[in-house]
Amino acid sequence: MTVFGMPLPVILGQLTLGLVNGSFYALLSLGLAVIFGLLGIVNFAHGAFYMLGAFAAYIGLQYFGVNYWFALVLSPLAVALLGMLIERLFLRHLYSLDPLYGLLLTFGVGLIAEGIMRDRFGASGKSYPVPHLLQGAFDLGFMVLPIYRAWVVVASLAVCAITWFLIERTRLGATLRAATENARLVQAFGINVPLMVMGTYGAGVAIAALAGVLAAPVVQVSPLMGSSLVIVVFAVVVVGGMGSIAGAIVSGLLLGVAEGLTKVVYPEASNIVVFVIMALVLIWRPAGLFGKE
Amino acid sequence: MKGEISVAACVAALALSASTRAAASDPVVIGIIDDFTGVYADVQGQGGVEAVKMAVADSGGSVLGRKVTVLSADHQNKPDIGASKFREWADQGGLNMLIGGSNTGVNIAMAKVALAKKVPFIPIGPGGSSLTGADCTPYSIHYAYDTTALANGTASVIVKSGGKSWFFITADYAFGTQLQDSATKVINANGGKVLGAVRVPLGTTDFSSFLLQAQASGAQVLGLANAGTDFSNSLKSANEFGITKTMKPAALLAFLSDIHSLTLQTAQGLYLTTAWYWDLNEETRAFAKRFFAIMKKEPTSTQAAYYSATLQYLKAVKAAGTTDADQVMAQLRKTRISDMFTKDGYIRADGLMVHSMYVMQVKTPAESKYPWDYYRVIKVMSGEDAYGSQPDPSCPFVKR
Repeated sequence: MTVFGMPLPVILGQLTLGLVNGSFYALLSLGLAVIFGLLGIVNFAHGAFYMLGAFAAYIGLQYFGVNYWFALVLSPLAVALLGMLIERLFLRHLYSLDPLYGLLLTFGVGLIAEGIMRDRFGASGKSYPVPHLLQGAFDLGFMVLPIYRAWVVVASLAVCAITWFLIERTRLGATLRAATENARLVQAFGINVPLMVMGTYGAGVAIAALAGVLAAPVVQVSPLMGSSLVIVVFAVVVVGGMGSIAGAIVSGLLLGVAEGLTKVVYPEASNIVVFVIMALVLIWRPAGLFGKE
Repeated sequence: MKGEISVAACVAALALSASTRAAASDPVVIGIIDDFTGVYADVQGQGGVEAVKMAVADSGGSVLGRKVTVLSADHQNKPDIGASKFREWADQGGLNMLIGGSNTGVNIAMAKVALAKKVPFIPIGPGGSSLTGADCTPYSIHYAYDTTALANGTASVIVKSGGKSWFFITADYAFGTQLQDSATKVINANGGKVLGAVRVPLGTTDFSSFLLQAQASGAQVLGLANAGTDFSNSLKSANEFGITKTMKPAALLAFLSDIHSLTLQTAQGLYLTTAWYWDLNEETRAFAKRFFAIMKKEPTSTQAAYYSATLQYLKAVKAAGTTDADQVMAQLRKTRISDMFTKDGYIRADGLMVHSMYVMQVKTPAESKYPWDYYRVIKVMSGEDAYGSQPDPSCPFVKR
């Protein structure tokens, strides 16, 4: 049986891989959407935080014997602390200015982080082993899926669902959203808005670092691993609608699958297909798929 | 209009000052344009600069009574940046010789500048064999390796040991396509065949989709016609998806730095072709020891070539008694190159430095006895076997 001139198993295999990549995109764009949607910061350091998350896991394992499962919790925490420090020291002063200033600042922070890691660990990066529990593969019939990749999909979707629920369906989320609408009013109710903003930035950064830890066993942990991804992730967020949590998740998965199919049909275009889709979506719906006009 | 005239006047004045510059007190300037920050920065990068400085120091720090200085710049893997930096140094920096770092595309652009500015140009980092073919110049010396030699080494060893059918994962730019072409010729000549290929954009992180296509082709050999982190990531995923169990991976270009970052666990058993290895003999180990003291890692083959090329260039300047490009090139062409990098090197009419090459196999973790003990020599190829004895007929400067 063939679909679009390709055997069905090939299509199914590529759809599955697209879903794996899509869940990385979803997780990364989720963090970006949280930070933009709630704080209005265009966080260009997101790729760097993703990279730092992976390196934190590597350093933990190499020098302190911290295994993968602890790294899943500890390295996002460590990177989030760094993120909150940056928010407190620098970003805080830019809220009243044009978003462009925040973009430039975070872009610079990202470059500095990359430079430091390149100096310390070299450009070709480091290898992180797949944890023992997740080694091996499922035979799906149409393809062999490494257990680790399946775990990435499950873990990412779980984090996406929890984050969406926290922001859209809980009192904490309601307060957060209220604070972005009218910070002064929320502060008048006795809520410490600056602290909440710092925590939110930290949470967005932590999600990026978590994605980094999840990626560490499957890609080379290298200083440039984030910068090649961050532009794609921005396109994902734009397609989903800037700041829309659900939009980021859904468009992350969809674009991952679209990219996967392009890799079969016309591999040379696989690194631009996301941007072509972005352009088309912007023509049709300037606010993105889930954005509010 | 007025503005243009004054700019033109400035340029003319600068050109004049550059041409009248070679006074006895001026330094001899060696430039390096390489990837210092991108995916190839570990192959030479800062280590390359240090190797050149070691060669300058070993030559006494001066030649013809003129001090030798070393300039370096990052081309960011962009041909326009590489070419304009080269032009700037040639026009205003008193540049006498340029070493070309990684990236075939950038080096093709820089070769055009070498021809226009008549500056000796020694590409070492790039692999593209067109640098001594369609893109050759009378001022270029392709020094360390090229795609032809890589294919004649790795591909022929694998085909002869039974790996007859191939599928390529190819980096989608000049280097990758030239490497695939060179390897395809060798495979066909030895009775093998190529079942398919995918061209993958440079800097792709997820190779799983391409690997499934490779697996579906039913080929015996997975030819990786890529380099740097592209190579590491594709090999890593091939292991993860269990593809290395059914297909034999062939690293068409892998450097010591790549094997180090992949670890032997992942890279063991790979065949690769290299011009030089730090642990070959006493001389190479002595160089590596000095290099290690500075960089805290063992040198790659191309870092050793940076050292050798600088040494040979300075020797030629001394022998010619001038830095004049044509005279130095003539001197280099009649010199037999023998130092710790190679014993039997000579420069072919198209500018290729012909020298023996090694086919290596990466050791298993159990076989590796000390840090950086990574390769076992499988085969030594003579320069003629590796590169061919005839100059490339597509080079327009070869007299026929």
